[in-house]
Amino acid sequence: MEIIINGQRHQVADEVSLAGAVLLVTAAATGVAAALNGDVLRRAAWDSTPLAAGDQVEVVTAVQGG
Amino acid sequence: MDDPFELAGETFGSRLIMGTGGAPSLDVLDRALAASGTELTTVAMRRVSPATSGSVLDVLAARGIRVLPNTAGCFTAAEAVRVARLAREALGTNWVKLEVIADERTLLPDGVELLTAAEQLIAEDFIVLPYTSDDPVLARRLEQAGCAAVMPLGSPIGSGLGIRNEHNIELIVEAAGVPVILDAGIGTASDATIAMELGCDAVLLATSVTRARNAELMAAAMRSAVLAGRLAFRAGRVPRRRHAHASSPRAD
Repeated sequence: MEIIINGQRHQVADEVSLAGAVLLVTAAATGVAAALNGDVLRRAAWDSTPLAAGDQVEVVTAVQGG
Repeated sequence: MDDPFELAGETFGSRLIMGTGGAPSLDVLDRALAASGTELTTVAMRRVSPATSGSVLDVLAARGIRVLPNTAGCFTAAEAVRVARLAREALGTNWVKLEVIADERTLLPDGVELLTAAEQLIAEDFIVLPYTSDDPVLARRLEQAGCAAVMPLGSPIGSGLGIRNEHNIELIVEAAGVPVILDAGIGTASDATIAMELGCDAVLLATSVTRARNAELMAAAMRSAVLAGRLAFRAGRVPRRRHAHASSPRAD
């Protein structure tokens, strides 16, 4: 199925979790947060959060700013 | 610690809060942060990019500097709330420098959206440090909403125009029951000193250091400038006089 991660289309397995989607864009173990269709999910919930076709995933981290 | 800076129940030795934007490299940033003596420093939140090498978080962690995420780039309360939630998850802090800007050209705060976002985040147990205009009334409303500090601009972000309305900053300081942090517009060391002489509790700056010809040297200048201004404020300046007042005894 196709999902959107940070605005880019990705083909993923149907049973992929949010944790699996995040791994496609970063391997960082800390300093990263994820939102699914606009809702921020705690890291502890990523593994148990299934994705559906068309889901929008946003993965952010800290950068220089302010 | 002599004259500590207390903010939201935490104590800091330095009254200089740094931003990390604009530094040409993480190495330059690292040396500037060290020279500034800062203990609290802002970062922005952005989508992860495969091109990113090295992390500003590693630089801050290695220096033992507390991280303060901001909501830079947000134009609405809803966007700012979402970024603050992401920052809390990513960085494990409920502190946020709340920034809701009106437009790209001025980068001035949108007071209506700012207050709306502040109220929502405070209801979600965030420690909200709002970047605001130099309007004493809006500052008061932000404090009443429960913000842990108010952070009025001296002049627009990155402009280096210093403090354009000292009178308003004085009015904000006089009325505030929470720390006042002069945020944005500092161009050089004397601007930071003036902010502290006006009674601000701290100064937040980035561009004036990170884009200086020698960032490390300017960071050291800012460290001294904030300290000098604070000492002068505590000491109490002499009144301005219209005419001369001899400092030596009259000749016999």
